[in-house]
Order: sequence, then C-alpha cells, then structure tokens
Amino acid sequence: MTQTHRLKAPGHNSFVSRLIMSEYFILVLSVLYFFLITAIVPSMMSVNNLKNIFSNMWPLFAIAIGQTFVLLLGGIDLSQTSVMAVTSVIGAAFMCNSANPAVLGKAPIWGWLITESGGPLAAMPAVTSTLIGIAIMLIIGTLIGFINGNLIARLNMPPFMVTLIAQMFYSALAIYITKSQNIMFLPETFENLGSEGIGFFPYSFFVAIFLATAAQLLLSLTILGRFIYTTGGNIHAARISGVPVVRTTVFVYAFSGFCAAIGSVLYSGRLMQGRPTMGSAMLLDIMAATIIGGTSTFGGKGKVSWTLYGVLFYTILATSLQQLKLDNFTINIVKGFVILAAATLDAVRSGIRRTKVSAVPGQVGKKAQEHG
Amino acid sequence: MDSREVLCLENISKAFFGVYAVQDVSFNINRGDVLGIIGENGAGKSTLMNIVGGVIPADRGRMLFKGEIYTPHQPSDASGRGISFIHQELNLFNNLSIVDNIFITSFKKVEHTPFINRNELRRKARDILETVDLHISPDILIERLTPGERQLVEIAKELSRNPELIIFDEPTTSLTARETEKLFTLIKKISSEGIAVIYISHILNDVLDLSNEILVLRDGHVTDKGKTADFAVDRMIMSMVGRDIQQMYPDALPCPKEQMLLEVENLSQPGIIKDINLCIRAGEIVGVFGLLGSGRSELARILFGLDQYAQGRIKFKGVAFSMQNPIERIRKGFAFITENRREEGLLMEFSVFDNVCLSSLRNYVKALGLLDKKIGKPVAKSVSELRIKAGNIRKHQVKALSGGNQQKVVIAKWLMTQPSLLIVDEPTRGIDVGTKAEIYNLLNIIASAGTGILAISSELEELTGICNRILVMSRGEIVGQYNSVSFDREKILRTAFRQDKEGAAHEVR
Repeated sequence: MTQTHRLKAPGHNSFVSRLIMSEYFILVLSVLYFFLITAIVPSMMSVNNLKNIFSNMWPLFAIAIGQTFVLLLGGIDLSQTSVMAVTSVIGAAFMCNSANPAVLGKAPIWGWLITESGGPLAAMPAVTSTLIGIAIMLIIGTLIGFINGNLIARLNMPPFMVTLIAQMFYSALAIYITKSQNIMFLPETFENLGSEGIGFFPYSFFVAIFLATAAQLLLSLTILGRFIYTTGGNIHAARISGVPVVRTTVFVYAFSGFCAAIGSVLYSGRLMQGRPTMGSAMLLDIMAATIIGGTSTFGGKGKVSWTLYGVLFYTILATSLQQLKLDNFTINIVKGFVILAAATLDAVRSGIRRTKVSAVPGQVGKKAQEHG
Repeated sequence: MDSREVLCLENISKAFFGVYAVQDVSFNINRGDVLGIIGENGAGKSTLMNIVGGVIPADRGRMLFKGEIYTPHQPSDASGRGISFIHQELNLFNNLSIVDNIFITSFKKVEHTPFINRNELRRKARDILETVDLHISPDILIERLTPGERQLVEIAKELSRNPELIIFDEPTTSLTARETEKLFTLIKKISSEGIAVIYISHILNDVLDLSNEILVLRDGHVTDKGKTADFAVDRMIMSMVGRDIQQMYPDALPCPKEQMLLEVENLSQPGIIKDINLCIRAGEIVGVFGLLGSGRSELARILFGLDQYAQGRIKFKGVAFSMQNPIERIRKGFAFITENRREEGLLMEFSVFDNVCLSSLRNYVKALGLLDKKIGKPVAKSVSELRIKAGNIRKHQVKALSGGNQQKVVIAKWLMTQPSLLIVDEPTRGIDVGTKAEIYNLLNIIASAGTGILAISSELEELTGICNRILVMSRGEIVGQYNSVSFDREKILRTAFRQDKEGAAHEVR
C-alpha cells in the first residue's frame, strides 16, 4: 500500500487515530490518568499508595493472563474465581499447622484431612510443605480447567454455560467443605510469598512477570500459539487445515485454571488464610482488566502485554476511586462506565481498521471485497 | 429525454483513498430493458450498485431517476423510489415464515387494534407468490425452502413493493439448473411487464441469454457497451480482461500414472451417500459432477475425515484409514479446498502469511514446540509462484484481497503441505475469468507432477475442460462415469438429472 496513491482522508492517520490504534494506547491512558487524578487527590503519589498499586496488580495480572488465552480462543472462563476459592481452601487445609475445632469442627474435611494439629503437610518443614501445597493447588486448578476444556471441546457445549456451571459448583464446594470457615495458621514461607518481596518488588511481581513472559513466548514463538490464534480466528477453517482444535481448546482452559490457581496462591499467602469466598467479587475485575487491555472478545486478537496495560489501568482506577473515598456503589458505577468505554473503544478501533483495509488498490470498497 | 427512461447515470466517479473504484461511468436504462453488467472481481460493479442503492455516495457525477435528480443518502431512499436489490446473499429471516418475511416492514393491522391482520396478509402473500409461480403455503418457514425457492420468495417480496427497477447481483450462485431456468423465465416476465432490470453475473452465457444491452466494466471504467445482439462471449471476455484469453483450459490433460492413490469401496452414510465406489490414480484429475444436494460436497467431507460414515472402506495407497480425522488425513497427504473459502478456507482477519503457513506448521517445529523461522522462505516462494497480489504478506489481511487472490491463498496453503491427493470443491466459484484460467492451469500442473485430484463442481464445462474422468452423482449415488474421450455434456447432464424423481427428470426429457 503506497502512501503516495492516497488522497488525504480527514480523520485517518491523524495523531488521534494513530494513538487510538496504537498498542500502547491504554498504557498512555494509564499514565495520563494517574497524573490527572494526582492533581485532584495528591495522596495518589504517596509512597504507600504507589506500593499498594504495585502489589495489588500482580495477582490480578496472573489470573487475567489465563483469561486472555481463553478470550483469544473466542471463549470465556467464568469459573476462574471459583478455582481460586477451591484451591485456596484445599491448599490451606493441606498446609495449615493447626486448626481450631470450635471453628472447623463441623466441616466435612475435619478429622480426615484437617485436625487440631493441622493438615497432612503440617509435620514437614515450612519450605517443603509450601512447595507441595502450591503444587497441589496448581494441579487442582489445572484439573478443573482441563475438565471444562473437555466438556467444551469434545461435547461442543457453549463455554459460557460450562464455566458458569463450574463457577457455581466449585464455589459452593469450597464453602461446603469448610462450612464457610477460613483456614488459618499457614506456613510462614507461604505467607511471605504473597506479602513480602525484595525491596520495592513483591514476590508476586516476579511470579506474574515470569508467567507473563512464558505465556507471551508461547503465543508468539510456538506452534501451539499459532493454533490458539487460528482456532480463535476461525475454528472451521482451522479444523479443516489440520489444527488440533480439541487439544488446543483443552490446553487453553487448563491453562486458565492454572493461572487462576497461581492467583489463588498469591492471594491466600497475602491474606494468610484459605478463604472459601475468595475471588467471589473478582470476576468483573478479571474480565474488565483483560478487555480494557484490548483483547477482543470475539477471539483471535490479543496479547499478554495488552492485558498488563489493562491491569495497570484498572488497578490505578480502582485505587483512585478508593482514595476519593467514594462508596462502593459509586465505585461500581464508575467501573461499569469504564468497561463500557473499553468495549466501545474496541468497536471504534475495528471501525478504523475496517476503513483502512478498504484502501487497498485494486480491491476497493467494503462491498467489493465481500463480493469476491 | 426519453420518457421510457428509468435510471440514468452521468459520469459517476467514486474513489477510496485516492484509488478510483468507479470512474466516469455513464449509462441509462429504460422501462422493460434488461441491462447486463459484467466485469472481473474488483472491476467496480458492486461499488456502482452501492452508489445506485444509496449505500455509499458518489464523489462526482449525477444520477437521474425518471428524469429527476436522484441523490440517495441511505438504502431506504432507493427502495422508496422503487429500486429493488436481489443480492447474492439473500435478506431473508430463515426462522420466520414466508408471509412474515414479505411484510416484515409493512405489517397490516386489524383496524383500531394493535394486532396484525394475519388473514389478509396471508391472502395477499398467496397472490404475490402466485406472480412468481410458487405454489406453496405462505406459512412455511424460510429455512425449509430450497435455495431456489428462497430466491423466488425474495423476488416476490420485492415485487410486492411495485418496483420500477430491480437489480440482480449474481442471483444464480446457489441455484440448480432447473431453478435457474425458472428464475430466467421470471426475469423475462418481469421485464415484459415494463420493469427495468439490471443483471450482474459472472456467467456470461446467462447474460447473453437474458439481457438486451450489455455494459462491461474494467478497473472502474466502462470498457465496452452495446446491444446484446452484437456481443459474443469472446468480445465480452476481451473487454473484461483487456486481453484475449486464448485459452481457458490447458492444452493437454495430465497423464495418470500406474500408482493407485485412493480406493473407495461401498461407502455409505444413510441419507447422505450410498454405495460409493471410486478410485483415483496418481496424476489423475477425476471430476465429480452433480446438482446441489446430490451429495458431492458431503462425499468430499467424508473422504477428508470431517464427517462420519456408516459402511464401506477408504483406502489410501493401499492402506485403510482407522480414524475419521482430518489431522491424520493431512499427515498422509490429503488436502481439501472447500467450496466456501470465507467460512472454511481462510482466516479472513489474519495475514496472507498466517493463512499460507497454517496447514504446514507441523513440518516446521523445533524443540519445545518453537516455530522454525525458516517457514518464511517457502511461504514467500509460493506466494510469488502463484502470483498472489498482496502487498506486505505479513500485514495484509486476506479479507482485503479479491476473490481470485483469496482462492490462490487457499491453494498456496495446501501446496505447502506437498499433498499427494487434492480434493477441490467448486474451485472457481465467484472468481473472475482471468483467474479461473490460471487455476485450471495450476490444477493441471499439480496433477502432472503426480498429485491425484478430485474436482467437484456444478459447472460442467470446467470439469470437461480439465478432467481425465467425470463421475456423475445424483441423490448420494454415483450414477455414471465418463472418460475424457467421450465427454458429452448433454449426456452427462441427463445422467445427473435422471434419478431426481421429483420433477427434474421430466424437464430434461
């Protein structure tokens, strides 16, 4: 496409349209918003607040990476929050060093999994018990995603239904097996992982960045990454072209469960407890951050880095709303508007992209292409 | 001004980002005329019709409708004046009944109530269906009609609005020969009643048959126009392509080799195909001709492992397949160019590069599942070999390519896997004449290199032009086989219709 052959088309290629089309739009917006809101609420700039933002975003990012994969496939995973809840309580039950019979005595897991002297891993050194506990959590999360993926790919059930049912089932399960009680007294190593760090950097930062790097490399450099994008782009064409769409789908949902479990590890450590209601209010945050980042809900288009920008923006927004001391309802109203704006932006972007596409010599006009 | 004149275009031009899609096009059409508009893909036919229909505004020039200046701003301006469109893709709601579809924008209510007067609408609908010679209940849902009947309903719907001008845009792509025949009778009737008709089609003989005037577009310009009586197919092609296509089909057919590639024995799937026996040798092009609904595409899907079958055997190079699974087929050397490239052949939003490498990704895997960068070279090579016209192949989305180039992308994708058996279903549907010839030539070269080809088509002419053998399918069965020495179009057609007991048989008699 040569520039010289074009007439000047007002609105296109202008600074604004290039900025909106840019991959870094949300990142730029985050920075702008941050400085704008600092002018109104100077406490945004305080060291404590910055630290808060910087530690709040990483567990959310880890979970949103999984959601990004699912959206790339053109699906949706509503069960991530219940994966967090169920892995949180089971992991905690295995790792805890003691438990209070007055609190947990009536729970179905009392007596065989968890007793007054803690869970099966209680006798081990803190590091070993933490590692095994984390492994159990990750395996359970992956397994739940694996089951979802199989139901979706092999039985052709709609992802929305499958993951909605999974959400109900596993969050109810987490509450049932604990009788809705939190499990405390976790190994110190585990708690530190969620709350401590190296200098300014929390451990959760390293975990999330490592996960993100691996995920992005997988998407951009491996054949599996091509399979994910193409399955999301057009599942029929992908299938006929020999893409293993069933295995790709199963992998993606399993990975989503895995990422949710990582988030659960970080949050459980930070809260220092296994909490059966963990994540119950987080679904909106996960979806919002991913979609604000720019990953298309129609599949086939998105990047891990976009989700990072989305998480950054969303975290800054949420923190600023708290700093403004607004009540919860107002916060949710504002958040709702921002997500709506993000969805609108996606539509505007696709609109610009479409008109740009029609500027191809020899094949001009939207209708003309469809004619072929 | 001629009082019979319905529509007149004067120097209409339209550019997109400086590239003219339509430039200085002028023509007029009178009551009762049928104007045939032809041109290759991207010649500007659709842009021109979108201008007439008020979908996009013209940059320059003016239009007169019955002598008055006509500047439509939206599609409803066109329909309000009495201009109707019948598109390739029909605008019907499949989940609603015929009567609902006809009156979708003008439901009549029982007086003084908000309720729809169904009885009257039904009566009216029956009268309207009568005019297109369709004798079925107006309460039938659209989804239960054949493509031909749907086309007629669409026309009935437009006729009920008393149009002055009806524009048909490739109306026959999904119709059987018999349905096409019926449509043509109807068009002739419409025009004899004084309605002006614009007929756009790739099928030149149809245009010759129907129209009394012809307009040829190339690259947005009118390159030729005149009375149909002065036109022949040669002149049409010459004006469309700008060069004389000496030869549509390759000189010589490929020579089949000894090696047997595909052997199918007694393949059956109830209600779909029955007792199919066929074989393909290396280097042989075997055609499958059949009407819509004859089971030809279903057979291809089963052979490629996409759909299940109940009985029979499929052997490839002497070995039977254990699973119905396209991945295994591709690994063994199958390739499948489907009939609908937009839905099943291509990732429309993805780049040319992504599409071309899709099927051969597995051949370029390094450790850890990493994709080998070396794949870029063969992709670039096949893009240039097939002369795919695209700028930056890594950035250019395939949806921006013309139909012919899109089809070449699909072909390139499969050539990357170096297939030994290629199944092509309607390989030239919706493709301009120039590219058609290229594709025929390409299939010939592929076969001559030793690949077996199963070519499915509803265009008999192209099969007789490229195949060593033609099998005829009807109602899921193979009902005839012809060798290239004895291709007799009339006989083949007759065979194809023979078992169609519900009416076709006596029409071909």
